[in-house]
Amino acid sequence: MSVEPAATRLRHQVPLVVWLVLVWILLWGTWSWANVVSGLVVALAVLVFLPLPHVVGGIRVRPLALLAFVGQFVTDLVVSGAQVAWLALRPGGARQSAIVRVQLHADSDLLLTMVAEATSLVPGSLVLDLDREARVMTVHLLHVRDHAHVEREKADVLRTEQRLVGAFGSAADVESLRAVRHATPAGRTP
Amino acid sequence: MSTVADVVAIGCLLAGAFLCLTAGLGLVRFPDVLSRMHAGTKPQVLGVLLIMVGGAIRLSGWSATWMLLLVAAFQLLTAPVSAHLISRVAYRRRHVRRDLLLVDELADGGHQDAVHRGDEPGDAPPEEPPPAR
Repeated sequence: MSVEPAATRLRHQVPLVVWLVLVWILLWGTWSWANVVSGLVVALAVLVFLPLPHVVGGIRVRPLALLAFVGQFVTDLVVSGAQVAWLALRPGGARQSAIVRVQLHADSDLLLTMVAEATSLVPGSLVLDLDREARVMTVHLLHVRDHAHVEREKADVLRTEQRLVGAFGSAADVESLRAVRHATPAGRTP
Repeated sequence: MSTVADVVAIGCLLAGAFLCLTAGLGLVRFPDVLSRMHAGTKPQVLGVLLIMVGGAIRLSGWSATWMLLLVAAFQLLTAPVSAHLISRVAYRRRHVRRDLLLVDELADGGHQDAVHRGDEPGDAPPEEPPPAR
């Protein structure tokens, strides 16, 4: 890993410091300058003693796309909760599941992490494995009826990725995803 | 006004508690480790979120609300991670009911441990027979 100038390194750490100070203040529950200062001290101590690699590749947030993603995500969360709850309650229980591999297109650690997190939280899917080099995500589906259902679930994962890239991806990410989607018909994994 | 808030809070708390109950039932009733992890992550996350919302309405103090917000955020961030790690280990150690799988596209990728350690379930054959003495 190349040595970067101190200024760049500092700039990359700023969001982490802000987040840590925010968590500190939220934990205390009240806003005061003493909390801010002590939070800063704790955040800097964390950064010095527990250094983390910074996330490669900047992201940019698009508010409208983010709102669309959050809305869909909350809907999925409720639907998924209801589905799994019903599977746990119904007399037959869960019967047929499947393990599938989905070819993702995003090429950024942060975006892939977000896709995996979102997939794990939404309907009937659980991430078993993520191949960073090949960008292949292995997903366990709790309940599948037939092969058509499996294909639909795969398409759902790809749509989640698309929404996330739309909300957070850089212009290059969005462009490459669009190129891929034009090359292959919607919902199909190459 | 406060009555309406109370009713909403009670609704959230009851729904959340019910979802946590189904998560517990799922843990008992689902057939293998992978399926149980579904029960562990999904209804339980939504249940905890609903209980947080109910609590935030009922407690009506900003300090408590911030704390509950943090709990919810970390719940969303960490639940998939632990579920992923447990299921990954379970798959590698062959704690999978293969008769219940419609497709398994991971099977031919060398994603399983080749050694037989003896803690696999009885129906999981070792990749290689144990060495003869």
